[in-house]
Amino acid sequence: MTVLLPGSLDEALQAMASHPTALPVAGGTDLLVHWPQRPELHRQTFVDLSAVQELRPLRWTTDELVLGGLTTYWDVIEDGRVREEFPLLVEAARQIGSIQIQARGTWAGNIINGSPAADGVAALMAYDGVVVLDSTRGRSEIPLAEFYSGYKQMRRAPDELVTQIRLPRREYSVQIFEKVGSRRAQAIAKVGVTVTRSASGWRVVAHSVAPFVCRCTALERCLESEASVGSPDDLLPAIREDVSPIDDLRSSAAYRERVMARVLYYGLLEVCPSFH
Amino acid sequence: MSNEQRDRLPISFTLNDQPMRVEIDPAERLLDVLRYRLGLTGTKEGCAEGECGACTVLLDGLPVDSCLVPAYQVRGRRVETVESLDAESLATYHASGATQCGACTPGVVMTASWIVRHPEVLGRGSVRELMAGNLCRCTGYDGIIEGIEDAIPDRGGA
Ligand SMILES: Cc1cc2nc3c(=O)[nH]c(=O)nc-3n(C[C@H](O)[C@H](O)[C@H](O)COP(=O)(O)OP(=O)(O)OC[C@H]3O[C@@H](n4cnc5c(N)ncnc54)[C@H](O)[C@@H]3O)c2cc1C
Ligand code: FES
Repeated sequence: MTVLLPGSLDEALQAMASHPTALPVAGGTDLLVHWPQRPELHRQTFVDLSAVQELRPLRWTTDELVLGGLTTYWDVIEDGRVREEFPLLVEAARQIGSIQIQARGTWAGNIINGSPAADGVAALMAYDGVVVLDSTRGRSEIPLAEFYSGYKQMRRAPDELVTQIRLPRREYSVQIFEKVGSRRAQAIAKVGVTVTRSASGWRVVAHSVAPFVCRCTALERCLESEASVGSPDDLLPAIREDVSPIDDLRSSAAYRERVMARVLYYGLLEVCPSFH
Repeated sequence: MSNEQRDRLPISFTLNDQPMRVEIDPAERLLDVLRYRLGLTGTKEGCAEGECGACTVLLDGLPVDSCLVPAYQVRGRRVETVESLDAESLATYHASGATQCGACTPGVVMTASWIVRHPEVLGRGSVRELMAGNLCRCTGYDGIIEGIEDAIPDRGGA
């Protein structure tokens, strides 16, 4: 196995450019799962990002929160200001694995691992997060809502590193993150729903119900139009337009659809006058 | 250009407050280096997938699963294992029956020592929530939780 150990962002981008098949390593909480039983990975070339100091800190500008390419869940949980302005990031982070996972796992790793059940991605997407990808060829900035195109399919070239995740600072009147799993602690979501409302409109994000985390534009239109909703079933047509729920080892499509409708309905009943 | 390493990689880090230098294979996890290169077998391997917490150590003061940490990532950093804890600091766990078969104990007491040293983290979750990454199949957890609460100075502890 080969590992490259860059000490700066420039070195890391060079390493990615000169090793087209190399995999970057951040917290390792996806890459190292069952490591001894994955010999194919032991023949890989890796680029260790852990010593690239520039990537770690999160920072604030007048109109954005900018997470670094190595910012961890614990970094966010510990930041009082994030708790105030982006509470769903903290809520999602606290429900990811355990403290051992939160201390190591990164938001960028969650994005690039590309799991349909990624809790971090759902919260970032509901805040209109933008992924910043850098390479020696230049920079691209892609809204997270347009980043995925299929199961583990995304708009990232092999030499690109996520160096920032940018979130616009806004006033939110509704912020809901709901994750339904087999149990409360340390469980991957079977159904996840995240909702925000700001002057830029409603955002509804579903995770664990489709091949990738996605925005639900039919549901957003339904909320925007203030159409009357009298039961969870009234939401099913929009849900079916937005996602074709998946059958997998964690759950069935029929269960997912129903749970999503109920979670949305009861979550919004308190905050939406059009729900009764 | 960055340093490229294939079979042998010397790394230096601080292990239980002592400077440590060791040659590793880049494919080794921190868990492997602790147990098989350094003979610190207190740290256990349970699941190898970050679920059970038997392999918990502190990395720069925070609990991590050493089965998910590539060994090359600890260069220049601070690692603490169960071997660093003295018997006295474990007294409340004896009293509360926090251990039965003992397989989970090294990991449990490492996460516990982090909570006890930083009781302010209880603002981010209850003891039970913060211990969710350490599975125990014997005790039913009550003895573990009680042992931790008794060890926290402001909670009726010492
Ligand atoms: C026990 C356990 C429980 C978990 N529970 C949850 C959960 O509840 N919810 C959830 O969403 N996830 C969960 N996860 C998954 C995991 O913790 C997250 O996906 C984590 O955010 C991955 O980040 P990392 O830094 O550890 O990634 P790594 O394992 O280091 O990398 C993951 C992928 O991202 C790539 N990568 C990493 N950083 C970059 C970068 N800067 N630029 C480009 N590519 C990059 C890597 O090449 C790799 O393909 C769990 C994992 C475990 C082991
Ligand atoms: S062996 Fe590392 S968490 Fe189980």
